[in-house]
Amino acid sequence: MNSINTKRFPFLEFKNISENYLFILPAVIIFCVFYIYPFFEIFNLSLREWNGISLAKDFVGLANFKEILQDKIWWSSMWHAAYITLIALTFQNALAFALALSCDRDIRLRKFYRVVFYLPPVLSEIVVGLIWQWILYAGTQNGESVGLLNYFLAKIHMNHLVHGWLSDPKTALTCIAVVHSWKGFGWGFIILLAGLQTIDRQLYEAARVDGAGAFSIFKNVTIPMMIPVFVMVMVLTILGSMQVFVLVLSMVGQGLVYHTEVPVTRILASMTGTSRFGYACAQGIVFGLVLMLASFTLNKISRKFKQE
Amino acid sequence: MKKIFFTIFILCLALAGCTPSSKPNMITIWHWMTDRQDTFVKLAEQYQAQTGIKVRFELYAPSDIYSRKIIAAAQARVLPDIYGVLGEKKKLVSFIEGGFVADLTSEFQDNDAEWEKSLFPKAVNVNRFEEKNIYKIKPGIYGVPLDVTNIQMLYNQTLLAKAGVKIPPSTFSEFIDVASALKRVGIDGLVSGWGETWMIDCFASNYAFNIMGEEKVMATFRGEISYTDEDWIKVFNIFKVLSDKKVLVDGIVTKGNKYAEQDFALERAAFAFNGSWCVNVYDKMNPDLRYGVMLPPPINTERPMQIWGGAGSSFVVNGISENKKLAIAFLKWLTAKEQQVFLARETKNLPANRDALSLIPKVLSEFARAMDDTTHPSIWKYNEDPLVIETFDKGIQSIIIGESQPEDVAQEVQVVKEREMEKTKKRSKQ
Repeated sequence: MNSINTKRFPFLEFKNISENYLFILPAVIIFCVFYIYPFFEIFNLSLREWNGISLAKDFVGLANFKEILQDKIWWSSMWHAAYITLIALTFQNALAFALALSCDRDIRLRKFYRVVFYLPPVLSEIVVGLIWQWILYAGTQNGESVGLLNYFLAKIHMNHLVHGWLSDPKTALTCIAVVHSWKGFGWGFIILLAGLQTIDRQLYEAARVDGAGAFSIFKNVTIPMMIPVFVMVMVLTILGSMQVFVLVLSMVGQGLVYHTEVPVTRILASMTGTSRFGYACAQGIVFGLVLMLASFTLNKISRKFKQE
Repeated sequence: MKKIFFTIFILCLALAGCTPSSKPNMITIWHWMTDRQDTFVKLAEQYQAQTGIKVRFELYAPSDIYSRKIIAAAQARVLPDIYGVLGEKKKLVSFIEGGFVADLTSEFQDNDAEWEKSLFPKAVNVNRFEEKNIYKIKPGIYGVPLDVTNIQMLYNQTLLAKAGVKIPPSTFSEFIDVASALKRVGIDGLVSGWGETWMIDCFASNYAFNIMGEEKVMATFRGEISYTDEDWIKVFNIFKVLSDKKVLVDGIVTKGNKYAEQDFALERAAFAFNGSWCVNVYDKMNPDLRYGVMLPPPINTERPMQIWGGAGSSFVVNGISENKKLAIAFLKWLTAKEQQVFLARETKNLPANRDALSLIPKVLSEFARAMDDTTHPSIWKYNEDPLVIETFDKGIQSIIIGESQPEDVAQEVQVVKEREMEKTKKRSKQ
């Protein structure tokens, strides 16, 4: 078939080309319908005042974006998400890396630990939220705490710490951040473990032959080799943590005043609470831009590290 | 090549699946009422046996997920034949304006308004739009109430007896005294699902009506009276008193109603603020629970306490459904006496049909007694802006956790009110 000169047979050339296009057509249609069109539609809606149902969509220009700039609750929700992300980047990833390092060694029950550590990410966020809500429960019955944490604190005579963990502005967001980290460390663990296992073992042996100690090997071999993996885990952590919301909903419902609001819960509140779809779309675009900016910055930093 | 055509065929099939489809002799209903699904299915089977028409009840819970689903379905024009609209009346208005709700006035008024007369007027009114309504909707009835409900206080008789309280409190100050007596014997006072902010709004609204009366509340909504008015400060102050006197259970501000119901059913609190649907819930959680129903104790004893109530859940008929007539006929059948008694007995909800009331369980009839004292945002002439409501509810949360004073919250709410009124003015000028 290939040996036939298609210049002499233009029909065959057309058939070949159209066949190629036909192959990619389904993907192009899906991409346009589910990615390109929604993106433009969201941008279009962000310039309008719309309640989400009625046919009237009044054009308001950039008014929604101007309002976002002055919306203190929106920006505080952004800060809350950043706080959760910060805890995830430090506590969650440090825990994941420590566990990955220990499982990378020849320890007993290594496979068992891998499965156990990967269990939390497999669980639904709603289920995790409800379980932790029960653990952090503030109520009492017959003078005894019902929540597991408060019950335990009372048993070890630390009654001064017994309180409503999720209804106190000082602890609510931190509790959500810790639970989010607990749920998320498993996948970080898997990726970091995979990264550790790709490091050539000969590098370790060579370092040992040169007289390097455990810390020196860790600092000069493991860390540099793991930088691309760290960057990837950090980007995924930032994107995942900034977009946290199911856990928030399942732990504190509609929220503790505005102390537990995160961007996605604000977008939801604009859409279904106050029926302002145009404003919600504008919030979505601003949020998307912030996430893109964070990813680009991290990518740049990672490139710099690679060059060094 | 075959593979390509197969892929395109599958894609077309998938896209076709996204378009609405109405099947003759089959009615599809979407709802959110987890506790009623089994009973609905039984009723659907009965209806099919009687008429040959298949009715499919599709459950989407919880209610906020359901609300999002119907909005998305309206945008895609794939709403079912019958569904319910949750939330404030403004949401129902949006669906009517979009053409997704049929006007049922003529059906209600057929045969000397036989259907309308069989139902509680307050329940019908929830879906009624009067002449010259603020939403500019054509006057008429746009929904069918399935049951009626009201939200009151409940007291645990066993726990009150433990604290030496023989009769439930009849005024707010008595209520605070009883709560203190309960606290002395280690029993928590009031529990409610105030993590769902509409319940805070409901409680506050009860006392706003009691303290200043309906006209002043409506005048506030119209922007003629400020939220910094002393009567509104009194309303906010109720929550400060409840918080300061430790009447509320710990963590009430983030507690979902399901958890609040669990607390009351398991005797962790002596009082609950909850709707009549709780009878069914408590019965399932703790059949031995001994409790009674009371109106929230008034602050102003000279004005009656008005509580939220009316249609518990309503169904509307999709205005663009091809099965409109079948759907209306089914709803008529569903709200007839026999089916209403069956629903009330099986699900322990107050029936919308007045004739079915004589055959319901005792505790439900206690709830039913207060139906004359009910009011609801859906029947008010004016409704507050959703952003103001959000600030109001969140402000009350902050009073409860001791973060803000009533005066500060009143000021914050008024600022948002003025800002939103300014926006509305600008829009109407354009």
